[in-house]
Amino acid sequence: MKILKHVTTVVAALLLAVAGAASAKNLTIGLASEPTAIDPHFHNLTPNNSLLGHLFNALVLQDENQNLIPGLAVSWRAIDDTTWEFKLRQGVKFHDGSPFTADDVIFTFGRAPDVEGSPSSFGIYTKGKEVVKIDDHTIHIKTERPYPLMPNDVSTIMIISEEKGRGAKTPDYNSGKAAVGTGPFKFVEYVPGDRIVFERNESYWGSKPEWTRVTFKSIKSGPSRVAALLAGDVDIIEQTPTVDIERLKKDPKLSLSQGISNRVIYLHMDQFREESPFVKAKDGGKMKNPLLDARVRRAISKAVHRDAIVDRVMEGIAVKAGQLLPEGFFGRSPKLSPEPYDPAGAKALLAEAGVGDGFKLTIHGPNDRYINDAKIAEAVGQMLTRIGIDTEVVTMPRSVYFKRASRGAEGGQPEFSFILVGWGSGTGEASSPLKSLLHTYDKERGFGPSNRGRHSDPEVDRLIEDALATVNDAKRQDLLAKATELAIGRNQGIIPLHYQVNTWAAKKGIKYRARTDERTVAYGVYTE
Amino acid sequence: MSATTDHLAASALSSQARVETPFRRFVSDFFESKVATGACVMLSVIIFIALFAPLISPQNPYDLAVVDVMNARLEPGEQSWSGDLTFVLGSDGAGRDMLSAIFYGLRISLSVGVMSGIIAMIIGMVVGLMAAYFGGRTDTVIMRIVDLQLSFPAILIALVLIAILGKGVDKVIIALVTVQWAYYARTVRGSALVERRKEYIEAATCLALSHRRIVFRHLLPNCLPPMIVVGTLQTAHAISLEATLSFLGLGLPQTEPSLGLLIANGFEYMLSGKYWISFFPGIALLVTIVTINLVGDQLRDVLNPRLER
Amino acid sequence: MSVFIIRRLLQALVVIFLMSLIVFAGINIVGDPVDLLISPEADQAEIEATIRRLGLDRPWHEQYGYFLLNAFKGDLGNSFIFAEPALKLILQRMPATLELAFAAMLIAVVFGIPLGMYAGLKPDSTTSKTIMAGSILGFSLPTFWVGLMLIMVFAVMLGWLPSTGRGDTTELLGIQVSFLTWDGIQHLILPAFNLALFKMSLVIRLARAGTKEVALQDYIKFARAKGLSSRRVVLVHVAKNIMIPVVTVLGLELGGVIAFAVVTETVFAWPGMGKLLIDSIQLLDRPVVVAYLLITVFMFILINLVVDILYSILDPRVRLKDVKA
Repeated sequence: MKILKHVTTVVAALLLAVAGAASAKNLTIGLASEPTAIDPHFHNLTPNNSLLGHLFNALVLQDENQNLIPGLAVSWRAIDDTTWEFKLRQGVKFHDGSPFTADDVIFTFGRAPDVEGSPSSFGIYTKGKEVVKIDDHTIHIKTERPYPLMPNDVSTIMIISEEKGRGAKTPDYNSGKAAVGTGPFKFVEYVPGDRIVFERNESYWGSKPEWTRVTFKSIKSGPSRVAALLAGDVDIIEQTPTVDIERLKKDPKLSLSQGISNRVIYLHMDQFREESPFVKAKDGGKMKNPLLDARVRRAISKAVHRDAIVDRVMEGIAVKAGQLLPEGFFGRSPKLSPEPYDPAGAKALLAEAGVGDGFKLTIHGPNDRYINDAKIAEAVGQMLTRIGIDTEVVTMPRSVYFKRASRGAEGGQPEFSFILVGWGSGTGEASSPLKSLLHTYDKERGFGPSNRGRHSDPEVDRLIEDALATVNDAKRQDLLAKATELAIGRNQGIIPLHYQVNTWAAKKGIKYRARTDERTVAYGVYTE
Repeated sequence: MSATTDHLAASALSSQARVETPFRRFVSDFFESKVATGACVMLSVIIFIALFAPLISPQNPYDLAVVDVMNARLEPGEQSWSGDLTFVLGSDGAGRDMLSAIFYGLRISLSVGVMSGIIAMIIGMVVGLMAAYFGGRTDTVIMRIVDLQLSFPAILIALVLIAILGKGVDKVIIALVTVQWAYYARTVRGSALVERRKEYIEAATCLALSHRRIVFRHLLPNCLPPMIVVGTLQTAHAISLEATLSFLGLGLPQTEPSLGLLIANGFEYMLSGKYWISFFPGIALLVTIVTINLVGDQLRDVLNPRLER
Repeated sequence: MSVFIIRRLLQALVVIFLMSLIVFAGINIVGDPVDLLISPEADQAEIEATIRRLGLDRPWHEQYGYFLLNAFKGDLGNSFIFAEPALKLILQRMPATLELAFAAMLIAVVFGIPLGMYAGLKPDSTTSKTIMAGSILGFSLPTFWVGLMLIMVFAVMLGWLPSTGRGDTTELLGIQVSFLTWDGIQHLILPAFNLALFKMSLVIRLARAGTKEVALQDYIKFARAKGLSSRRVVLVHVAKNIMIPVVTVLGLELGGVIAFAVVTETVFAWPGMGKLLIDSIQLLDRPVVVAYLLITVFMFILINLVVDILYSILDPRVRLKDVKA
């Protein structure tokens, strides 16, 4: 009997091997940024989360439009105001064959916020949550206050095996020893700076991906990435530079996949200092900060020719924006549309605000973070200069920029007066940008951490806080929409420019299901 | 060509007596080579462009009131949408005239190269002369530092300094000066040691002239020829190094694009068929460096055939 | 001799100590990587926690003291970004860089010496003039620009060679090398040639100057007078005599090639330690930058020491105590 069993496994393995060889399909992906570890809880940043979604699953997954879909949990619901129940999927096995149970979830939630040396921890998602095992395939997560974003938060935490994960540190994952998950691919090799190789998990619980073996190569520079695709070194690349798209479209050997992202590019203005460091009168002297006046902010919004930015700077690969998220996202206001280009109206507003003669302003922006960021800043500078606001453009690498923009001045205050920034909503709905960008800066309660203009309106604050405590979806949608209308439509707390559109370029016959969260995943690549 | 040469040589000496002076010999030796003569003319043109860029450029590429994004990425020879400007070499992604950008870029590249060269030369000269003149411990200490620094590649030192100082014109100049001064110091010391043993210095010492007077009025002028050679070659080197740093994203800020930065910025257009955005700055950089190197080479042959690079 | 070596090593220690101090303090002034590394969704408390976790809340001299203490134990700290020991990250990538550097040196010598000798033997021929013009170009062309052009022409337009990255590697003496596989060699050609170009120009000039000088020496005249074939004269007598300066200079330039690999690695996405350095400078990953510099400084001091010692062995006229550090 034992021998027989042995023989069957061998035969099965052989069959699998033959089948695998017959349909062996390799895929090489050119990534724009290199993931920093194979540990799913080490670094909460898109390149890592995107890569490790191949090896690991969360209880809740996000589909290509960031809708929540069942992952290792088959269903979830709020059983009362402060408790969420998750029913776990039965019969799921880790790559090493051990079964997945509630214990693994509890272990994961204990480890995720507490990884040694983590430069960006998952603590922000596990904070204030208590995970309780009900049975092997049911868990409850309790919070102190009502928490509607529970499934979104849970979707960020990838479940690891307790058996392999106990005592394992980040290097154990990088070596592959502990990199054992339930995901559609298994770990093969990680050569930092060069390549990462995965192979298909033949016993995956979900639909199996087309590719038997996937190699990720990080090629940071845009043109080099395109060159690698043209030379046939990689099959598909992400973040195709906008400048190349026109030509790549015409290439019969290639195919492009495009999709709008959740990232809005916007301008943030100093709304808290009476005298702003980078605002000067035309004669170079001091002046009262004109950006405090909502009319001046609206004038700037009217002076920006969004169509020109989309057409000329972004080469048509962007969608002009009037609020925080593009169409189709939760929490969006149906009433707001992009401010039309109206330089005469802008001048009139400036005059009304008592600064009809204009002033001097410096726009600061990064030059290596968003698509064409430096050029957008320069275009905005040109447009403002034309309505009398003499604008100087200063761009810098993100290593210097973000620290100064967030806390470069004395007392940890933002240093700049007028900045170009972007925001991608990780949760895929409007509360994330509202809470971070437009809620009054409140260190103790964790509101407004990226409110670099210090926009502040008690009415907006109240709406956001209400929304964050409203579990009912329809009601929450209304609250978020209302908050957006006030903060952007009325206050001009930020000036949205456009939503980024991402382009994946691949060899003919290979397509990609474009994702709003900008991730590049092998299970989203398919052949036509 | 020889007519030009004679003319140049003659005009340079028109105020002097028509005797065989070392300078006259130098000039006629220098212009013996057609290549060097051509390079010299080219270099004059480049310097002229750099000096008068604001006057001869069709557009001020930094004035946001005239640069218009609606004119972005026009091909060479196209006109702006308002029809008031022809982009001879095309325009870049922000609607900037490439010809003007190259003129201004040349100005920045050259001034960074020359400025760092001059500062490095002054520092190197003082230090080198001190080492040679005082000798002994001073010499040992100085030359040990010089040798130590020369044993590290320039790019590494520049990278370290940029990592420490951050970016900016002033910082790049500091980095380039730090990289270069040791070459000058070594060269000056070498030739000063030779000169020091000659009779005229002995005579000056016997006359009890002050140290300063001996060093600066007697020793220094005689050490100048090799310095000029090293200076030209080092300037070319500095321009190239600055371009490399800018390309690595560690050089000059975007608001003051040197040729290297223009190339780096245009690099993203390389595969899109919009070759002019990085090709023309590349050619300008190449011509500049080759020209300076050719002039430097000829200077070396004429002034000091045995000088090592 | 041993006194000389010990003195040099002591000097090296002082240099390394000063270097680490300057770099440590300097990068500290530029900033910290927290805002780059942290998720944009993080709140203020999480940002502060991260700063604490990376030890960046302490005054820098305290951090430096801690660093020194660990450095004596052979631990140069963990990367902020990869949370792996900085030393390990660099050593992991060192073989790729060394492979590239040696391949470039080889190309420079194999092409440079014959071309230079030819130019030295027949200085007035058109070919020689073309060679010398080429060497001026080689000196003048910025490495990164040439790299881009090579990719454009050979990878994209002609499709002969791969554009970026390192090919398949095999293990040789416990080190991953790529020059033993066909795929690896294909990947190596363009970056190695790119890196070699500058040094090739140097070798051409050295070989030419050497040949010109040697050709006038009495023993060459004697050899010719003896009726030896000119092929033999060139290959044996001239080549042998110009090798000494060429080899010496190349030994000293090896450090330069390794440092300049930074540029080539960036252009060709070659996974060596130079690319790691650029990435680390851009992301302000201080432990890696400091460790890289300490390692390379040590390496250069070692190379120079070895060259000096070899020189004294090869050429008895040079005595080590006269050679300055």
